[in-house]
Amino acid sequence: MNPWESLRLALDGLRANRMRSFLTMLGVIIGVAAVVALVSVGTGASREVTAQVEALGSNLVMVIPASARGRDLRLEDAAAIEARVDGVLAALPNLRKKLTVRWLGRSEEVDVVGTTEDMPQVQRHPVARGRFLSHQDVLYRRQVAVLGSRTAERLFGPHDPLGREIFVAGRPFAVIGVMTTKGQGGIIVPDADDQVFIPITTAQRILGTTRVGSIYVSVAEGTDVGLVTNHIRRIFEVRFNDPDAVEVFSQEQILAAVGNVTGILTILLGSIAGISLLVGGIGIMNIMLVSVTERTREIGVRKAVGAKRRDILAQFLVESVIISLTGGLIGIGLGMLGSEAIARLGRIPSSVSVGWVLVAFGFAAAVGVFFGIYPAMKAARLDPIEALRHD
Amino acid sequence: MSPLIELQGVTKVYGEGRLSVAALQELDLRVWEGELVSIMGPSGSGKSTLMNILGCLDRPTRGVYLLEGRDVSALTDNELAEIRNRKVGFVFQTFNLLPRATAAENVELPLIYRGVPRAERRRMAREALEIVNMGHRLTHRPAQLSGGEQQRVAIARALAGNPRIILADEPTGNLDSRTGEEIMGLFQRVNEELGVTVVLVTHDPRRARQTRRIIRMLDGRLVGDDPVPDEEFVRAAPGGPDGKAGEPAG
Repeated sequence: MNPWESLRLALDGLRANRMRSFLTMLGVIIGVAAVVALVSVGTGASREVTAQVEALGSNLVMVIPASARGRDLRLEDAAAIEARVDGVLAALPNLRKKLTVRWLGRSEEVDVVGTTEDMPQVQRHPVARGRFLSHQDVLYRRQVAVLGSRTAERLFGPHDPLGREIFVAGRPFAVIGVMTTKGQGGIIVPDADDQVFIPITTAQRILGTTRVGSIYVSVAEGTDVGLVTNHIRRIFEVRFNDPDAVEVFSQEQILAAVGNVTGILTILLGSIAGISLLVGGIGIMNIMLVSVTERTREIGVRKAVGAKRRDILAQFLVESVIISLTGGLIGIGLGMLGSEAIARLGRIPSSVSVGWVLVAFGFAAAVGVFFGIYPAMKAARLDPIEALRHD
Repeated sequence: MSPLIELQGVTKVYGEGRLSVAALQELDLRVWEGELVSIMGPSGSGKSTLMNILGCLDRPTRGVYLLEGRDVSALTDNELAEIRNRKVGFVFQTFNLLPRATAAENVELPLIYRGVPRAERRRMAREALEIVNMGHRLTHRPAQLSGGEQQRVAIARALAGNPRIILADEPTGNLDSRTGEEIMGLFQRVNEELGVTVVLVTHDPRRARQTRRIIRMLDGRLVGDDPVPDEEFVRAAPGGPDGKAGEPAG
């Protein structure tokens, strides 16, 4: 019997029980849609996070105090790194805190970042209008502020913020500049456009501290980042007499760590969805077994008039594969729509990857064959005499 | 000329050891091309087992079955399927038509498995249905047909592949006597006009006398094998050459 006849027979069989075929297919549809949607969201999130970390600036090394050691970083540490480590362009101390920022009647909770004049160069984030903090601003602890573009928007709306007076934690600051829009951040690193930059010295005074939260070190192009990292570690080992007082990461290490976490997350989401696809496959097997039992007599007749085992096998196997492939295609469509919907509702970027779509489709096809083969073999092996006697 | 069918010492045993039952014991039988044969016997006498073996649905436990001179007792399942497809046409007591298929599609069934192209199949099915006077019912489904009409379609299905032999297991058992008469008339006509060998099982002595040879079975053995003399042969009432297929059964 040629393949077209098998296909026609299988379609006839499915049409005879439309509702049942559809419900069986639904199991596969939901499974594939779940795989496609969840993996797309996972992939999208991981891409976004990677982009955010990359946007911190390339050739970047971060120094933060080890959480359990209780050591504080200070301004002098940044100066020491800048002075002593070869290949370091700038060491940027940061002190970050969410504070209330007011202008006239408006009041917003904003990330206030104490930093130095080196920030635009280290983080590749230039000023759009006005000017950034200067060396003097930092030296004299001036109460001046540069606004991120979104913060400016939130606080001032249509008004020009330059030269206005805002209050940060109740103290007056003059707005001297507005940053360009970077359009990144928000998931694991703060939104780059929703920050207020003030001199680090001023920030320390407001917060009543002499420590800094972290130090971003920008390394010259072509320098061995590993060497720089080791050198920085050594400086702190000597200073604190403790090799683990601070943690020093290169951007690459952060990216690798983030990639690990998001990769695991994606696989986890995909596996959970894959289980539902497996359940869909069991549904196929279940319904095909029922179908074989119901059609035992038909199988007997077909065998009596000359159907071979492989003809019967093909008829039933093609039925289950049609269910799983059609379900797979519909599931991919729904999954793409679903990932788009999740992306919009949850404001998480989603990225449908062709590879994963193919994997989901291939898995659906495999499910159809795997769960269809047993019922089909059962049908093919029926003894024609017994089958003809079946009521 | 060698017989169309020759059984030599055919034995069929079901089960194993002490629980085994011999359905056929050392059976010898010859059927010649063009014969119209009836098999009679009480239930359990082995008629159905014999029909299954003749139809290559089953293999003898011992003995030799020669079909057209070829030993088919030890063929593989696929080879037996091939023989059923090309040499044998089955007619069942319960018709066994596929309920979702039209009359024409039912008749096409053996031709599908023979790989006959679709258009050719359609033509052959229509011809077969015309032979049984069902040419006007091509697109009817079994549920839309009377019992007699369904059996005609089943006979057309058996005929469609130009088999060497038609095997009918109580073909009139589910029909009222008038319709049964018409079906017997159809077998007689197929046998005489097309020269197809027909072997049928019946319980009814009148039906048996509508064939040319009566084989009697008891406990898995042949206990009688007699030709029906011309003066005893009953010609069945003509099977409605006008295309009427008798009363709907039930």
